[in-house]
This record gives sequence, C-alpha cells and structure tokens, in this order.
Amino acid sequence: MEQWTVATHCVEETLALGAMLGRCAEPNTLIGLIGPLGAGKTHFVKGVAGGLGIAQSWQVNSPTFVLINEYHGRLPIFHIDAYRLNSAAELTALGFEEMSRAGSVVIIEWADRVAELLTENCLQITIEPTGETRREWRWTGNEPETDKLIAEVRSQYVTSGWS
Amino acid sequence: MKILGIETSCDESAAAVVVDGREVLSNLVSSQIELHRKFEGVVPEIASRAHLEAIDSLIQQALQEAGIGLAEIDAVAVSNRPGLVGCLIIGLTAAKTLALVMNKPLLAVNHVHAHALSAAMTLDHDPWPAVALVVSGGHTSLYYVPEATNLQRLGGTTDDAAGEAFDKVASILRLGFPGGPLIDRLARNGNPRAVQFPRTLLAPQAFDFSFSGIKTAVLYHVHGPGKTTGGLEKFSESQIADIAASFQQAVVDVLITKTLLAAERTGVRTIVGGGGVVANSMLRTQLQAACTDRGLTLHLAPMKYCTDNGAMIAAAGYHLLRAGQTSPLEIDVYSYELAEREYMNRESLDEAAGNRPR
Repeated sequence: MEQWTVATHCVEETLALGAMLGRCAEPNTLIGLIGPLGAGKTHFVKGVAGGLGIAQSWQVNSPTFVLINEYHGRLPIFHIDAYRLNSAAELTALGFEEMSRAGSVVIIEWADRVAELLTENCLQITIEPTGETRREWRWTGNEPETDKLIAEVRSQYVTSGWS
Repeated sequence: MKILGIETSCDESAAAVVVDGREVLSNLVSSQIELHRKFEGVVPEIASRAHLEAIDSLIQQALQEAGIGLAEIDAVAVSNRPGLVGCLIIGLTAAKTLALVMNKPLLAVNHVHAHALSAAMTLDHDPWPAVALVVSGGHTSLYYVPEATNLQRLGGTTDDAAGEAFDKVASILRLGFPGGPLIDRLARNGNPRAVQFPRTLLAPQAFDFSFSGIKTAVLYHVHGPGKTTGGLEKFSESQIADIAASFQQAVVDVLITKTLLAAERTGVRTIVGGGGVVANSMLRTQLQAACTDRGLTLHLAPMKYCTDNGAMIAAAGYHLLRAGQTSPLEIDVYSYELAEREYMNRESLDEAAGNRPR
C-alpha cells in the first residue's frame, strides 16, 4: 500500500500536479477526490485533463449540476461529481460501470459520497486546505497498479521544480 | 407549423407542442405528472429509467393538452446535446421513433442554444442580431447570435457555473437548497457593499467566466483563511444577509460586465437572457438598468421558460426546420456542448473572443 503526501501552494501548482497524474495515467484508472468546498478538486481535474492531452483543457469545468462531463484526449476522461448524488446506486444508474470499463480515466469529485464504488483499484486523493492557497494532498493506493501510478507521479514531481 | 419538443438532457423529462416557435399549446415537465410506478432505491430525477417511464405519457399528455393528434405534428424536435448520455438517448430514441413512424422531419437541438433562444418565444418579432446570456446551475455561456440558427459561442465558465456558486454559497451559509432563490430573498435585507468579494474577470477582454474564486472567498470570509468549518456562528443574521448580498452583487457585476462587453465587441443593440439564474431579481434589475443606460434592448426569458422545458426545444427546432437544418435518423447524442463541426470553428472563435488559457 503506497501513501504519499504532497503540498501545493497555488492554483498553478495544483494544475501542474494534476497534469503529472494525467501524463502517467493508464487506461481504466479510477481516481476518487475527497475534500471540502474550495479545496481545488475541479482545478486538479483541469490539470489531469491537460496532462491527458485534452485540447483547451482550461475549459474543463465543474460537473456539479450536469453530473458527468466527458472529454477525449490520449484516453477518454469521465469527470464525475457526486456532490448532488445521495447514494452509490444513483451513480450506478448513470452508467458508472460502463464508464469505468471503457479504457478511460474516471475521476470522481466528492468521492466519499459514493464510497461503495471506490473499489480496490481506486486511487484515493484526500485534499486538506491548510492555508488560503496551501493544500495538502494525501494519495493512497491499495494495489500494485495504483501504487505504481503514485510512484510515477511522485518521481515526476520531485524532478519537476515544484518540490 | 406545429412542433413537438422533447427534452431529457438531465434531471427533468419534458414535452411540449409549440406553433411557429412562439405559440405554446402545451408545456409539460415530468415533475408535474404523476408516475404510476414507484421507484425504489434510486432518486428518479437522475435515473435514465425515470425518463423512460415518463416519456411516453408526457408526449401523450402534451399532444392531448394541445388538442391535436400525432398526425398533425409537422416535425419532432429533441435535445441531443449537451447532457447525460444515458438520459439524452431516451428522448432522442422517442423522437426518432415518432419521426420515422409519422414520416416527419427530426430536429436535433443543442440544449444550451435552446436556453439562449428562449427569450424570443414571447416576442412578436425576431430580436436578432443579439448577444445571448445563458446562466443556470450547469451553464454560464455567452453567444453572439446573428440569427436563430447561428449561435457563436463567445465564452463560458472555466470552473463553477453561476447557479452552482449560488447553491454552494447557500450551503456555506447553511441556507438550504435550492440556493438561488434563498440567497436572492436574503440579499434583499443585506448590504451588497458590506463585503468586497473578488470580481474574477480573467483576461480583461475575455468572455469566459470563473466563479470558484468568489465561492472560496465567501468560504474563507466565513471561516477564516484556509478554514472550511467553525466560523458561521460568529455572524449575526444581518451580517449573513450582508454576505449573501455582497456575494450576489459580485456575481451579478461579473455577468453584467461580460454581457455588456460582448454587446460592445459584436456591435449588437439587443441582449437576450435565459436559464434559471435569469430569475434572480438583482440580475434582472441591474442588467435592465445597465441596458437602459446604454440604449440597449433587453429581453429576459419569462420564469416558466427559465428552467429546463420542452417548449424551448420545440421553438429552437422550428428555426432549424425553417432553415432546412433537419437531422438524419442516424444522429447521436453528445455529452458535450459543441458538435464536431462546431469544435472546428472553436479556435477562431477563441481568437476573436480574446480567450486565452491562463
């Protein structure tokens, strides 16, 4: 089980960290983001989308109301927001299984609201605001594939100039 | 021409019959009709299954209320983008089936475009060319509209939609849901200049929006910098009303600034508005005042066409039909707003609009 905690200090660094994950992500990656309002979840996804080569990724926006946004880059990305959902069954009804089997990257904001769907292969990232723009990101993997992904992002991070 | 409009892009299933894009004979949404079967375990609003259950009886009732038979319909209009693929497909399949069986044209409508055109439904003349502002829980978009079948997207939100910011700030202030009307009401007792929240304008000439910074500024004003809990108790009722009013003023300022800029840059003299946030009283009053000041004409969609509905789909479909822009039965649904053809124009539009990645 791999664990990694990293701090970011501004929105640009959040975008950069997301982009590192986007560059390393393999098909069928499931990512759960857990953190309060204003933590930077949507900005992080914007970064992931950029790292996956999605054109005009700065337009990636919050799916709170529309529930799911879909983008196409190196891999398809399903950007899900569970803020308005009351149970995991609702996300299942929206076609969660089909999305996670499509060779895509599935990334869920407010993932703690659909915890039952965060299977062993889920990369869980918990975000804690520790200052006006400072955030702590706690990455947790539960199996070899996610552990490897965390290790790859970490090695990108330490050579990125942000660390 | 009588057009049947079908809408299933997100929470609400809806059907309507509209004559010539203006005369609404019927306009029904699923929350109004009683469904015969109970749903178990799943909240019906968001399940495709609910659309499936509702759609047939909705269409029947819409025709019945309009006092016409299916054979009298001239075309079938349906929203096929953007939205939840599993929900859109229900409406599109129903529309395709009717179009095929009745041998009538199929009209695939962009849901956000329909919101943008919705204010024109109650006018006795065409307001184009105009700038259209669409503000709702899921969308915040500006269009240049030279004619009803030509909507050129100038910009949209880069993070939270305006309506979403209202709901999340209402949640921070523990006001309840839906946040828009609650903040609107509370703000009437508050001072909109009490707290200076940021007006995020991105690049000065950009038509894109960002509302997540305003939301976070409210969060930290309430709880303290970098804190997300524990601060609300220290505010009195009137201070909370001040926060609501100041937040609302910040959002309204940004919406008005960008909309006026769009009118100035495109040289139009008319502004139209649609979507749920258009119901906000401060936005209505201040946008009207700003337009009057500059000699611009403003048309905002009436409340009944602000939320998702079938009438706006039928009205948008009418314009497509007149322009000969019918859709083949092979047409698909799309989760995103821009069809492939529109994506190709996007770069040049971005350039024209002065939008740049931050």
